[in-house]
Amino acid sequence: MPPLVELKNVYKIYKMGDTSVHALDGISLTIEKGEFVAIVGQSGSGKSTCMNIIGCLDVATKGVYKLNGRAITNYTQDELAEVRNKMLGFIFQQYNLIPKLTVIENVQLPLLYAGMRESEQRRRALASLERVGLRSKAGNYPSQLSGGQQQRVSIARALAGDPSVILADEPTGALDSRTGREVMMFLQQLNREGNTIILITHDNSIAAKAKRIVRITDGRIVYDGPVEGDVTVMKMHGAGEEAPEDEKAKGAT
Amino acid sequence: MMLWRCFKMAVQSVMSNKLRSMLTMLGIIIGITAVIALVSLMSGLTTEVTSAFEEVGIESIMINIQDRASTIELPVEDVEKLAEENPDVIAGQSPTVAMPAFIKDGTDNVSSSATGVNEQYFDLVDYEIAYGRGITYIDVERRQKVCVVGTYIAQEIFGGDALGKTLQITGTPYEVVGILEERDDSTKGSNDDCVYLPYTVAAHTTRSDKITSYVVYAASQETVDRAKSLVENMCGKAIGDDDYYTITAMKSIADTLMDILDRMEAMLIAIAAISLVVAGIGIMNIMLVSVTERTREIGIRKSLGAKQRNILAQFVMEAGMLSCIGGIIGIIIGSLLAVGAGKLLNMSVLPTPTAIIVSFTVSAAIGVFFGFMPAKKAAALNPIDALRYD
Repeated sequence: MPPLVELKNVYKIYKMGDTSVHALDGISLTIEKGEFVAIVGQSGSGKSTCMNIIGCLDVATKGVYKLNGRAITNYTQDELAEVRNKMLGFIFQQYNLIPKLTVIENVQLPLLYAGMRESEQRRRALASLERVGLRSKAGNYPSQLSGGQQQRVSIARALAGDPSVILADEPTGALDSRTGREVMMFLQQLNREGNTIILITHDNSIAAKAKRIVRITDGRIVYDGPVEGDVTVMKMHGAGEEAPEDEKAKGAT
Repeated sequence: MMLWRCFKMAVQSVMSNKLRSMLTMLGIIIGITAVIALVSLMSGLTTEVTSAFEEVGIESIMINIQDRASTIELPVEDVEKLAEENPDVIAGQSPTVAMPAFIKDGTDNVSSSATGVNEQYFDLVDYEIAYGRGITYIDVERRQKVCVVGTYIAQEIFGGDALGKTLQITGTPYEVVGILEERDDSTKGSNDDCVYLPYTVAAHTTRSDKITSYVVYAASQETVDRAKSLVENMCGKAIGDDDYYTITAMKSIADTLMDILDRMEAMLIAIAAISLVVAGIGIMNIMLVSVTERTREIGIRKSLGAKQRNILAQFVMEAGMLSCIGGIIGIIIGSLLAVGAGKLLNMSVLPTPTAIIVSFTVSAAIGVFFGFMPAKKAAALNPIDALRYD
């Protein structure tokens, strides 16, 4: 069986006038089904670009990206949309719920675009909300929910389509530390249930909740291995402080 | 299924910003209101004019001879023969001799004209005789001093019971043998203010014995043109130089007038159409703003798997809905306005189903047409940039 996510020597190069910026500078990465991987890096490190490529929101300039054994190259926007719809679930920092839709309508969106029947959409969306414990809020609008609840709705939305990979982009970034911890515990539980989760974060203490860490600096992978082996995480464990080299990277954005 | 969801989304979107939606629709509302009101009024006017012509007799053809030299004549026999030889084309004919007449009630001048006609006249112009009889062939042949009067004359001079009485016309006594049915309101100058005599009497009274005007009735509206050319032929043979006579078919006057009305209607619609184009641009403008405002929403939808056509359909549907609702409101206001104006002008004005269907279709088309560009822009957005947009 092919690996779920496979990046081989992937480059993402942005042309800015005469100079070209290598957002990703030859990344190779393999993620198997059932893994819980944290892609860690400061802003400007290339982790977001990496997520965009894994999430089929963007395509690599060079190199091969295979999702479930299918090479995602020369895909049109619509074909990428289809892949996102069928195989990927997104959890964003800002929840990205549509404010004028109710909770259940938000959760139904990926199912709607999958062309599912309305009754089936509802059934699945309710089941998904049940999993995050928000079935009772189905008829509410996002603005009536707390930040933690909104993030759980967005998790329910990510789960609704039964995706192969869940991509969580700074899922705790907008939450206080307590609700942030709850969300992380929920992601860990989802992983225990067999879901493949890729977490993108700059926060080492959040990354420590994953099983495997991929650290990116300047578009290159500088560490790829279990949480226990990552020096920075071990050193900073739970502190959430910034490493000096990360300050430099921040200035670069 | 997808279309129904699209429809629901469009409703939500339109309803979520009522004031803006209303203002966006305003242009369409005004445009469609104008179109519906104008078209209804014009068609009301057309009906009015048509019925006015039908009253005069749309099949009638008038022959007038300008007899300055007093030598030119169109003999009665020629006209009679023409009518008899072409019964399919011509229903009948009558000389119409306008006779200056002083009709007095004591010393008050009651009326000042009488018309000499033949026995066919009342049937041709479709005048009903209420009491007595019309002019007969015998009256014409024997130059009998008889007359048929309208209700105004009957009431004004005889207090209603005029039959068998004697009417003095320019000093000559005439026996009233018939009273016409009331056609207007029995007042002076109306259709009821009229006196008819045998044309032979009228012509003799004018001292020339020549007939200078006739009316010929075609068998139907369709034969008017053929009848007219027959009449032209006859006049050409009998008189020659066409400077001395004029032939006027009511139908061609009616046609000309209808043509003018049609052109006026087209022009008014064209002006209203300009406002519809402006309204369409207004919709496009608002949709562009809406796309920019909802960039993030578009990004979210795309990240969840919305294809370009989904986004396109959503925005086109929304624009179409705005203009359709505007169109419906415009149709309602326009219809009310047209009916109200009709009441004021004392005309029966009703919006035609065609006008309603066409203007609804046009408003829908405007929405789709002008909504397409902004929708295309929305559909083409890059999901990453759209997601990052604040």
